[in-house]
Amino acid sequence: MSLAQIREHARGRLERLGNAVTSHVWRLGFASRFLFYTMLHSGTALRRFRLTVAEIYFAGVLSLIIIMVSGLFVGMVLALQGYDTLQRFGASESLGVLVALSLVRELGPVVAGLLFASRAGSAITAEIGLMKATEQISAMEMMAVDPIARVVAPRFWGGVISMPLLAALFSALGIFGGYLVGVQLIGVDAGAFWSQMQAAVDLRNDILNGVIKSVVFGVAVTWIAVFEGYDAVPTAEGVSRATTRTVVTSSLAILALDFVLTALMFTGGKSA
Amino acid sequence: MVQIQNVAFGYDAARPVLRDVSLSIARGSVVGIMGQSGCGKTTLLRIIAAQYLPGSGTARVLGEATSELDRDALYRMRRRMGMLFQFGALFTDMSVYENVAFPLREHTALPEDLIHDLVMLKLEAVGLRGAAQLMPAELSGGMARRVALARSIALDPRLILYDEPFTGLDPISFGVIVRLIRELNDSLGATSIIVTHDVQEALGVVDYVYFMAAGRVIAEGTPDEIRASREPFVRQFVNGELDGPVPFHYPAPDYAAELELAGG
Amino acid sequence: MNRATIDLWVGIFVVIGIGALLFLALKVGNLATFSGGETYNVQGRFVNIGGLKVRAPIKSAGVVVGRVADIRFDNETYEALVSMNLDQHYQFPRDSTAKILTSGILGEQYIGLEAGGDGVMLKNGDRVRLTQSAVVLENLISQFLFNKAAEGKDEKK
Repeated sequence: MSLAQIREHARGRLERLGNAVTSHVWRLGFASRFLFYTMLHSGTALRRFRLTVAEIYFAGVLSLIIIMVSGLFVGMVLALQGYDTLQRFGASESLGVLVALSLVRELGPVVAGLLFASRAGSAITAEIGLMKATEQISAMEMMAVDPIARVVAPRFWGGVISMPLLAALFSALGIFGGYLVGVQLIGVDAGAFWSQMQAAVDLRNDILNGVIKSVVFGVAVTWIAVFEGYDAVPTAEGVSRATTRTVVTSSLAILALDFVLTALMFTGGKSA
Repeated sequence: MVQIQNVAFGYDAARPVLRDVSLSIARGSVVGIMGQSGCGKTTLLRIIAAQYLPGSGTARVLGEATSELDRDALYRMRRRMGMLFQFGALFTDMSVYENVAFPLREHTALPEDLIHDLVMLKLEAVGLRGAAQLMPAELSGGMARRVALARSIALDPRLILYDEPFTGLDPISFGVIVRLIRELNDSLGATSIIVTHDVQEALGVVDYVYFMAAGRVIAEGTPDEIRASREPFVRQFVNGELDGPVPFHYPAPDYAAELELAGG
Repeated sequence: MNRATIDLWVGIFVVIGIGALLFLALKVGNLATFSGGETYNVQGRFVNIGGLKVRAPIKSAGVVVGRVADIRFDNETYEALVSMNLDQHYQFPRDSTAKILTSGILGEQYIGLEAGGDGVMLKNGDRVRLTQSAVVLENLISQFLFNKAAEGKDEKK
């Protein structure tokens, strides 16, 4: 290849890279406007609360099984692994602290968020995408009903309300699972388990921060889910790609936001 | 009722779908817009429904120019229109009853028993009152489209738009829909616009026809005039001829040369 | 799935969700000791507070009797000014000592309050006169090295 050809090749690659970046930035702006519009037109979703309640059912209640079972198992594994390491330093009585802090601060919001994204987020995207593909959204527009107020907003608020509750359930069941394995199975002292936990877990710094995290994750995941569904190409392939994008983007967003929030909350932000 | 003047439109600037279309539709008539797939007739319908704004020219619908409408005025105008989508576009998570009741619930504050009576009235008009509790997934194609028709007339619209209403229907459902279009139009005192390429059947129900090709109106007239037309494209279309202004073969290199290359 | 069933399940979901939050708040966290009730405030000056943090516990005889409310630097005396909130139920004599101790060898630092013998008790706004600063590891090591060096010199003599 001559030098000129190499240069052309490189320029083509750079151009495509630049286009990809700008198109992603543009898409983010478009998605932000969409979110703003959704929240502005949430009147229907809140006045006719029945709609939102139905969505809380589809997003929250139907995720209960997977969240609760996963929480239980994660807690049990934490206790097993944690005990193995702690007893080497003679600190096995701190098992309760380890399980509780890990769950409440990190694993509860993050893992519940990831599970929520893949179960409820993908379902929301597929549903909205299919409504778009079968012209139900157009039909609604033609009947002078704002589809964003009627279809998108209830799903958005349903997800945002469900997420913190699911994360709390995850953490609670995880701690219970840790108790089952730590105290009942391994034999750590029950009194030490709970009392050390209560002394170490702070309501404001740990539990509240965990709840804040789960709310932020809920907003992020549901926003991505409704946007990808509404923006999907109205074909079978388009909906399938949108669903995949929801799960991937939500998961990455959760992990990135987790880093930012943890840095803000648990290090620099507050002392003690 | 509807006046289109010199409208041009394209989904993206490089490929215009409509070039300089003009037509007008009188009140109370049933008008057909026909042409090949891709000639722009569905796009024209969407412009009439104000889903898209014309790139140039004006579209006046129900007395207002669509490009001058704000969101509230647009929604007010749409409440006086009904649209039947190609495959019905029923809301799959609601029953037939709920689907027909949807526009009534959203736009009126009528009490439930009155809504019930109205829904039953509309369903009776399309002959599906007994199917009120079924879900859309349980309906056949023809039934689904009739339910969608009942839904689109729920608010007694002045203008009804049909996007390919005859596609994929069995002969009986076909006949039913054809009759319903005419009956509803007359009993509601409305105006109907049908976009289709089912020529023979449509010619039997419409009062006036516009023929489109390549984004332009190339012929218009009453059904009799169209049937008697000498215009070559119209003749090919009406008689279903294999070859004519619309060629049978997609442009390709010389056949003999291609065979020779392959066969050696 | 009719409306009544959906409403029921959503209701159950919200109830157990809030229940989980309450469980976390009460049984897992320190809500019980959080709002212990009325407190009164005393101040104390320390040469060095070491690793003492706000909201660290104040213990007497090993029992938590209060929390550190605020830590500030006094620019005139160049000492640390620690503001302590003590539980109303516990009264301490005016000559009590406040020491900064460490739980365990490398644990968190807290304030240990040792009761004196004075008849008059500390009131809101009083200052604890007798304080003992935290043990700073570096000072301890340099002290040890200095002693070792001094010993060595003595031997040479």
